[in-house]
Amino acid sequence: MEKPQLFRDRIFPVLVVVLAILLIWHVFVFVLNAPFERDQAARAGTTITFSELLPKTFNQERPVLPAPHQIVAELWDTTVNKPITSKRSLFYHAWITLSATLAGFGIGTVLGILLAIGIVHNRAIDRSLMPWVIASQTVPIIAIAPMVIVVLNSIGISGLLPKALISTYLSFFPVVVGMVKGLRSPEMMHLDLMRTYNASRAQVFWKLRWPASMPYLFTSLKVAIAISLVGAIVGELPTGAVAGLGARLLSGSYYGQTVQIWAALFMAAALAAVLVGIVGAAHTMVLKRMGVKP
Amino acid sequence: MSMTSNSSVVSAKDLCLTFETNDGPVNALSNVNLEITKGDFVSFIGPSGCGKTTFLRVIADLERNTGGTITVNGMTPEEARRARAYGYVFQAAALYPWRTIEKNIALPLEIMGYSAAEMQKRIAETLELVNLSGFGKKFPWQLSGGMQQRASIARALAFDADLLLMDEPFGALDEIVRDHLNEQLLKLWARTEKTICFVTHSIPEAVYLSTKIVVMSPRPGRVTDVIDSTLPKERPLDIRETPEFLAIAHRVREGLRAGHSYDE
Repeated sequence: MEKPQLFRDRIFPVLVVVLAILLIWHVFVFVLNAPFERDQAARAGTTITFSELLPKTFNQERPVLPAPHQIVAELWDTTVNKPITSKRSLFYHAWITLSATLAGFGIGTVLGILLAIGIVHNRAIDRSLMPWVIASQTVPIIAIAPMVIVVLNSIGISGLLPKALISTYLSFFPVVVGMVKGLRSPEMMHLDLMRTYNASRAQVFWKLRWPASMPYLFTSLKVAIAISLVGAIVGELPTGAVAGLGARLLSGSYYGQTVQIWAALFMAAALAAVLVGIVGAAHTMVLKRMGVKP
Repeated sequence: MSMTSNSSVVSAKDLCLTFETNDGPVNALSNVNLEITKGDFVSFIGPSGCGKTTFLRVIADLERNTGGTITVNGMTPEEARRARAYGYVFQAAALYPWRTIEKNIALPLEIMGYSAAEMQKRIAETLELVNLSGFGKKFPWQLSGGMQQRASIARALAFDADLLLMDEPFGALDEIVRDHLNEQLLKLWARTEKTICFVTHSIPEAVYLSTKIVVMSPRPGRVTDVIDSTLPKERPLDIRETPEFLAIAHRVREGLRAGHSYDE
């Protein structure tokens, strides 16, 4: 085996893909935004040459597809140039969404683990609950989210919790499925060994099932944290566009601010990447402490 | 339940075990009668499906007999298991991969509620007993297959069970390692004075180790011969070339043949 090189094996392939995406993007910026400029020219009764058209498509106020540099400029303007407490700061909105994401992720993880423990230890729970858990995920979240917000609002609960609960609704599922599999993952021999020691169910759980389920837990958590973010954003859409990345998306679409929409999307993507990265780092750390072969 | 003498460790009478499978009932054990007394080294030998592992698992209360009676230390197997009467060594080392070797040995001690000081003492003692001193902090994957199996024996010895049940513990190891471990196991047996039940499918291994060899045969699983070894307790490896050794090995082979074990 050759020694892996950072640039050749890691950075170069990523760069190639990024460049390809940027190239395709620029082509589409022109193709999608050109009709508007041609239309404008036709109304003014003039003709427009290609060399005049090209720069215009990249600098529209409300483009169909904004050019990357417009999004970068918007991101820069709404993060670096605005105080973090300002309602115009993207960090402010990201924090609103993040707090709901983390609350929902936390509740979802705990709920998912508790359900999995019940399912693994009790046949009745396994039979009765598992079909509902699966059925819950066949209902589109976009249909449930407004109802959760409205119902909770009517009993006086608003703000963070309703959004967090929508995140919970999405994020508990991968945790249940992963943990049921993980808690059942110990081999027969490892379970027999516990039986020869006359170990209690709690001892079997803490000394065997729980540690054996760790790789499954973290794989589930990576999925769960990403969809928690999706849940929080979706939860913000019917709240009347007050604050949060979802609100930015909504207000952007009301006023045709496509650049603002894309900036919010990129912020959400970056947030998701950071969150998944943190869970991934925790995964690596836990497995290292558990002595997994490097 | 019949009364058993004080020196009886395992006493089986007309023991039967039938597994219900989709293809109909399978007679894993049929009318097995056997007495194992304290300090015995008993080998169970026979081809696959003869019930040797099943018999060991019945002793350990990992399977339940469907007929006949069996006592372990004068109790039912379940009572004996609850009293932690035996240590069990599986075919594979079955070490928990997230625990170091010493933590693996500590596992039964933690479950049985030993004090931290007592745990440290026993870990050191048993590691020394299986020649693994200095490897306590290693994780299982850092050890060879033979060393892992020795660690699993140490784990079975760590608590005070006088009975050691071993299910083909060296079956997956190469012959050189196996010879070495057999020699060590005999020394360990002499030092600890435990009663050992040892499942194997190797004739030389059974003859070399045992004071009593139980020859079994399949369909239905049954005992065809019980041979009391005439070999001395002190057994260097080259005892395997003596006429006495070869005579016992011959009788084992005859027993296996009588059970039609070579037919299939």
